[in-house]
Amino acid sequence: MPTTLLEVRELTTRYITRFGESVYAVDHVSLKVEEGKSLGIAGESGCGKSTLALSLMGYYFAPLHYMSGQIIIDGRNISGMDPDDVRKSVLGKEIAYIPQAAMNALNPTQKVINFIEDVIRVHDYGATKQQIYERARTLFERVGLPESVLHKYPVELSGGMKQRTVIAISVLLSPKVLIADEPSSALDVTSQKMVIKMIKQLLHDGLVGSLIFITHELPLLYNVTDDIMVMYAGQIVEKATAREAVFDPLHPYSKGLMGSIIVPEEGLREVKLTAIPGVPPNLKKPPLGCRFAERCKYVQPECIVNAVGLRNLEGGRAYRCIFSEAELREAYKNG
Amino acid sequence: MKHTIRQVFHSGKFIFGFSILVAILLVVIIYPLVIPDPPLAIIAQGTFFEPGIYVNVYDTMTAPKYILNLEGAAAKRIASRLSKDDRTAMRDWLVASGIPEDEIDIDDTALLLDLWETHFDPKVNIPGMTNAKRNYYIRLNTSLDGLLATEGAILAVKNAETGALEEKGVIEQSQYVNASKVANVRLLPLGTDNFGRDVLTELVAAARVSLQIGFIAGTIATLIGLTLGLLAGYIGGLVDDLIMFFTNLFTVIPGLVLLILISFSIGQEKRGATTIAVVIGFTSWYWTTRAVRAQVISLRNRDHVNLSKLSGHSIVHIILNDILPYIASYVVMAMILQISSAILAEASLSILGLGPRTTEVPTLGLMMNWAMIYYAHTLGKWWAYIPVLVTIALITFSMNLMNTGLDQVFNPALRD
Amino acid sequence: MAERKVCLSGTGLTKIYGFGRTRTLAVDHVDFSFYEGEVVSIVGESGSGKTTLAKMLLGLTSTTEGDIYFQGQKRDISTQKKRLEYWRNIQAIFQDPFSSYNIFNKIDAVLLDCINMRGGRQFPYSKKVEMMTQACSFVNLKFEELTNKYPFELSGGQMQRLMIARVFLLMPKILIADEPTSMIDACSRATILDMLMQLRDEIGMTIIFITHDLGLAYYVSDSVYIMEHGKFVESGSADEVILRPKQAYTKRLINDVPKIYEEWDLSTV
Repeated sequence: MPTTLLEVRELTTRYITRFGESVYAVDHVSLKVEEGKSLGIAGESGCGKSTLALSLMGYYFAPLHYMSGQIIIDGRNISGMDPDDVRKSVLGKEIAYIPQAAMNALNPTQKVINFIEDVIRVHDYGATKQQIYERARTLFERVGLPESVLHKYPVELSGGMKQRTVIAISVLLSPKVLIADEPSSALDVTSQKMVIKMIKQLLHDGLVGSLIFITHELPLLYNVTDDIMVMYAGQIVEKATAREAVFDPLHPYSKGLMGSIIVPEEGLREVKLTAIPGVPPNLKKPPLGCRFAERCKYVQPECIVNAVGLRNLEGGRAYRCIFSEAELREAYKNG
Repeated sequence: MKHTIRQVFHSGKFIFGFSILVAILLVVIIYPLVIPDPPLAIIAQGTFFEPGIYVNVYDTMTAPKYILNLEGAAAKRIASRLSKDDRTAMRDWLVASGIPEDEIDIDDTALLLDLWETHFDPKVNIPGMTNAKRNYYIRLNTSLDGLLATEGAILAVKNAETGALEEKGVIEQSQYVNASKVANVRLLPLGTDNFGRDVLTELVAAARVSLQIGFIAGTIATLIGLTLGLLAGYIGGLVDDLIMFFTNLFTVIPGLVLLILISFSIGQEKRGATTIAVVIGFTSWYWTTRAVRAQVISLRNRDHVNLSKLSGHSIVHIILNDILPYIASYVVMAMILQISSAILAEASLSILGLGPRTTEVPTLGLMMNWAMIYYAHTLGKWWAYIPVLVTIALITFSMNLMNTGLDQVFNPALRD
Repeated sequence: MAERKVCLSGTGLTKIYGFGRTRTLAVDHVDFSFYEGEVVSIVGESGSGKTTLAKMLLGLTSTTEGDIYFQGQKRDISTQKKRLEYWRNIQAIFQDPFSSYNIFNKIDAVLLDCINMRGGRQFPYSKKVEMMTQACSFVNLKFEELTNKYPFELSGGQMQRLMIARVFLLMPKILIADEPTSMIDACSRATILDMLMQLRDEIGMTIIFITHDLGLAYYVSDSVYIMEHGKFVESGSADEVILRPKQAYTKRLINDVPKIYEEWDLSTV
């Protein structure tokens, strides 16, 4: 029975703007990640996936505020913890977070090894320079980074190399969960591939317990994660395995999203890309009913009136719609 | 635009600086209306009168008198005429002339005076006493006349015919006059300067002139800087090289030296406030030019500029419509800085004596100049220069604060 | 291939920046021929010189060496008048819809500029409104809803579509689209691409896509040019280049893009 390393129950967080308005960015999100598994979070800009990543760490600072829900890491409930405690005991050791353009975290005036010394000393200030160097060298070797990187300044490294360095550093303490938010989107395709390969290897070798990968690029998720969660307007609208999510999506939004994937593969030129008109709703005043209703091709009057919950199917699959699986499949067949 | 204004006034620093500036402006505008005295009128005979309320003594003689019995009035009177230093000096003399020290109590005025009257003799030679000190003691002795008297003073008028003094009236020690009933009372909150001018009136006029100079110079400098910066940044190439050459020239030559040279060569006659303002304006534009040029260079490759070109707009149209509005906020900030630095530049010039002619209007720098050359600082006449310093500081401080406040508005990254 | 006319072509096109030690060769002696009504993609990673090439084609950047031929004639854009004439035939859409607009002007200005460029400055206002409404409806926008609004009141997708409306008004022979969908949500991408294709179908416009996205290039183009370090390393029809690449660089590029139907081989890096 694989251990659940991360369990989130009904997490709700919001932003409070300087004029006092609330933006409900993450709305009753629940998810589970087991040891050795990876979860992908897909969605477009503004859906709340980056906010979800921040919220999962338990490290809140204005204007992001925690509202309700639980975050349990390997049995330990960290929701509502004081930010300082979170920083000392959770960040880095239990959860590691790699934000977008993480390579900018490297101090341009320090050599990489000095940066690593800082990181380790925070959590283990007894470690000597020798020990730290040894740890760093071993880790870099394992993930395929050359030892010479340790003695370089960030400006001497390429973008891809910097990103891989930061990712390696963030797993130094062998966290249970690694949250990567668009780790490769600022890079060229070759560097992107290297970063992806490295992240997969980290998970495979057990250097991280589990992985949460956030991106808007679906082909990446398909190749990296076991399961995919699709987010829209702060809510989860579909949960499925990667294969199911990409090739057999149930929620109308997921279906539209998967239908707009472009890959340079044979047969793609004949396929008609789907387009979804409209824009996501304003999260300052989220609609009462289904949040996708105004853009949905299959919308019915009931969709607008009542809030829609997640429908759970067997195998851990779920989607948020008032229609049953059979009804949806019928509707899709008819176009 | 409305949103921007809302943001601007949301910034605490801007509001604070703005209010100080507005307060100064109001004072500068309203004060001359209320007190229309010419600022350079010499009203005092003598130098550096201290701040205070000056009551005409002659008028107090004829003003209605009121009897007030206030406690400690006599003690205050005596204390003001016999200071601690004087008492200590008296004790020293008495001790030196042989009186045992423990018999002398300098706080007991009556006893001290008694001892003094009994023993003081100007002819007694105390070893080691200088002539000056001896004269001091003689003066002190004379001034002690009637210190403890409780009778009033007698007013006498000379009879026009006989030349003899005739008693007119008596001034009792318990008589007071109501200052508002005295015909001539002058409030001099900041005293007078070395020429005998009312410092406060002078200060207000000087602030007005300095602000004028600052605004004129600042505007000239900003306009020149803006135009040159726009041309250099947008057109680039040879035009850019030429303009940058000139700008670098002006940057490298120390501004103050240039100002001094120009000011000196204009000559005392032609140096009015406006002339100085123009000179300052024409020598301080280089900073704005560089700043604007840098901004324009980063703007000229933007998509909306390219699209404007593709839509067939002329260079002038693009500069005015696509570049200028984007740097407007920056230019406003630059202008504020130019104004405050122009005020300081004028003050520096005036301290050196190269500022506007001194016969018509004072400027803040001129007041500083006078205070310096008449040794106000060594003489301890703080009112001649500290208020001026404070005013200069307030003006520049308020403008820089406004600038910092605006900084936060136009650069969202700096907002807290 | 039937008799197709060459719309835009170039020989030995080169752009060099700087002098001496800081001399950079952005575009290196590039030859090409684009036909009327063709959809071309120029694919390259950042630093490959594709944006510089685009700017040269547009006439926004000067060429150091080489010639550009428009409809068989050598291009001459030495005076403002000649430039205006050229820009009636070639326009562009840029990557970031937000920075394509002057934030101080209402969006009407963008469309009115186009009408003026077509010689419609003297048209009565009602006619101008009619033209603008027609252009907006082509891109599924309602002019009466957008008029007098400022750019920041629109969404990214709306702004990019308005850029296309602008192209519709101008009807140029050539459109250069520099990463037109990279900052748009995936769901709205198809809309933008469809509209561009429609323009091509209706007026035979040549579209040149500048992109780093091989998938987009494959999906939308007739011909693909692969650019590396300022040179075209491979060119041909989309099928040829993407499915049967010949050059090592092209093969590597294609291998590094994540796939979903085929196996994505991670061992090649």
